[in-house]
Amino acid sequence: MHLSTVAWITLVVPLVAAALILLVTRTSKPLAAGLAILSALIACAGGWILFLGNAEGTFLGFNWIDFGNAFSIPFALALDPLSRTMLVVVTTISPLVFIYSIGYMREEEGFWRFFAGLALFLFSMLGIVLADNLVMMFIFWELVGVSSYILIGHYFGKDSAADAAKQAFLVNRIGDFGFMLGILLFWVATGTFTFAGINGAAGVFVQNPTLLGIACVLIFCGTVGKSAQFPLHVWLPNSMEGPTPVSSLLHAATMVAAGVYLLARIFPILSASPGACEVVAVTGAITALGAGILATQQDDIKGILAYSTISQLGYMVAGAGLAVSAALPMFHLFTHAFFKCLLFLTAGSVIIGMHHEQNIWQMGGLGKKMPVTFLTYLCGMLALSGCFFFSGHYSKDLIMACSYEHHRTVFWMLVVAAALTPFYMTRQAMVVFFGKPRSEHARHAHESPLVMLVPLILLAIPAVCAGYPFVEHYFFHEIGSLAEPEVPHFVEIVFAAAFFLGLGAAALIYRNVEKDPIRIPFLEHRFYIDDFYFWIVRVIQGGIARLFSFIDRWFIDGILVRGSATVVWTVGFALRFLQVGNIQAYAFFFGAGVVGLIYLLLTVK
Amino acid sequence: MTPTLANYLIASGLLFAIGLGGVMLRRSIIIIFMSLEMMLSAANLSLVAFSRYGLVAGHQNFDAQVLVFFIITVAAAEVAVGLAIIVSLYRARQTTHVEDLDTLKF
Repeated sequence: MHLSTVAWITLVVPLVAAALILLVTRTSKPLAAGLAILSALIACAGGWILFLGNAEGTFLGFNWIDFGNAFSIPFALALDPLSRTMLVVVTTISPLVFIYSIGYMREEEGFWRFFAGLALFLFSMLGIVLADNLVMMFIFWELVGVSSYILIGHYFGKDSAADAAKQAFLVNRIGDFGFMLGILLFWVATGTFTFAGINGAAGVFVQNPTLLGIACVLIFCGTVGKSAQFPLHVWLPNSMEGPTPVSSLLHAATMVAAGVYLLARIFPILSASPGACEVVAVTGAITALGAGILATQQDDIKGILAYSTISQLGYMVAGAGLAVSAALPMFHLFTHAFFKCLLFLTAGSVIIGMHHEQNIWQMGGLGKKMPVTFLTYLCGMLALSGCFFFSGHYSKDLIMACSYEHHRTVFWMLVVAAALTPFYMTRQAMVVFFGKPRSEHARHAHESPLVMLVPLILLAIPAVCAGYPFVEHYFFHEIGSLAEPEVPHFVEIVFAAAFFLGLGAAALIYRNVEKDPIRIPFLEHRFYIDDFYFWIVRVIQGGIARLFSFIDRWFIDGILVRGSATVVWTVGFALRFLQVGNIQAYAFFFGAGVVGLIYLLLTVK
Repeated sequence: MTPTLANYLIASGLLFAIGLGGVMLRRSIIIIFMSLEMMLSAANLSLVAFSRYGLVAGHQNFDAQVLVFFIITVAAAEVAVGLAIIVSLYRARQTTHVEDLDTLKF
């Protein structure tokens, strides 16, 4: 079988599965789950075949819109080292999360709906990965948004879940608007939508670097929305209303990384614009630092992980903005996908064990009751914290080392964020898994079923190993160089100090505590950013609404609708006094009318 | 002295005015009805007069006189219907005074 056939099968199979689940297997739980998992496994096999077969080139499906050279949008799959690696990440994690979902969702409403959503998501995500041009990517980008909306709003009966789904969609819309403008701007400038064409068009912009900067920043708006960068990060913590496998697959491992993937895709042209790179790097660093600070004061076990995801996405974006190599953000995306997916799945396991209690201050001492969950959690947590010999260490330190060389401000922000990461993760670990149980649920917590534990164990392996140099070389040597930059020794000492400082401080503070010893309202309220947005919505949207309400009530209703009615009524009221009821008066009116008419006929010419 | 067209028209106008005055001023519906007939006769009279004095290309034209016969026929039918309405109105209301028939008044 030719590799192009494999690529198309990989892309389309999850869509077929989603359609079948929705149309045929609504009643049967095993069939719905089976179809989704089968499609994910086929996609996984396809992904690995394409990767191992070194599939290269553009596989044209059909010309979607074709006006010759002037304007043409092909529907084609692009396979290159970048998309192959991303394909492996997406298709490897998906089946594990799908299998885990059987255990997590077995007692939930809308089981088939959930699996159809997951399959649809997998299709959309593969579309993003394989897209050959910006328009096609944009379409799948929106499809991913739709599936995210469906899955966040899975418990749509709950107001908070419905609101979170709506918010995720609307906030992404803001970013996507910029993304779309960026696509159009690139088309105006270069006349092409394909990544190959745009990346090769740096020469077009030599005369006009400002235009290139604007176009890149507009494209970056899409990343800001999808990858939850400041200031559009607000939707990601709220999206934790969705079921935990969704948080794991969409809102940690793959979908939110699509923004980073987009930056890697346009990396050659992005790195040609220092101004745009500066914007990207600083946005990433601010996000990494801000979200890291916020994560330290969250009480929801998934909330902590959500902010840590934002923080790590900030690292990736900052890494892209350093303009060193497309492999730099992708490497962290690669390791992060595994350990963050793992962390969310362990959190899901804890939540199931705790009978859907998510507040960490209700937990405690779960380490002994849930040993497998605990051990796999430790793997993920240490990887995220950047512990030596764990995957996160390699990718995160590489980004920080590169930032030391290229952008000192970003470097120091990232170092602080790197100290915060072990701090909030240790806080979470200490409160959840160590100490004494703080509630009835925690005393009676139980280990999760095997169907959930196996994916955890399987994910723990890459969470530990995905950063090792031989893995890195295997997956990334074709994307770009990942040579360790020459940095002074003290930089490495700073990394180690940041790690131990965060770890030690949290271990000391959160040892055997009943309540959180640190309460900072400013952080608990998420910098009041959410409240600020609500205020803006209230003032601006509310103001406009009031203006339109005024116009509607007084102009349209008052003058046009009621005014015309009043005029007609008044005329009618006046005229009905002519209805005297006397036949002779009518005869008189009639006679007078005839006389008047004759007079008019004779005099008016 | 032979009467001229003007004499006929003046008589017709007077007849019409008397009829109109009757319709306007009298209260009994029967009288009003008779006055209406009088106005019709006034119209007939002027039609006949125009026919008698009006020559078309030097010849007498009898069109208007024929029309008068039609008017008389139709008026007879109308009187029959009108009187029937008045009779049934009287049966319903026990009155033929127009002042008492003011249901349509606002």
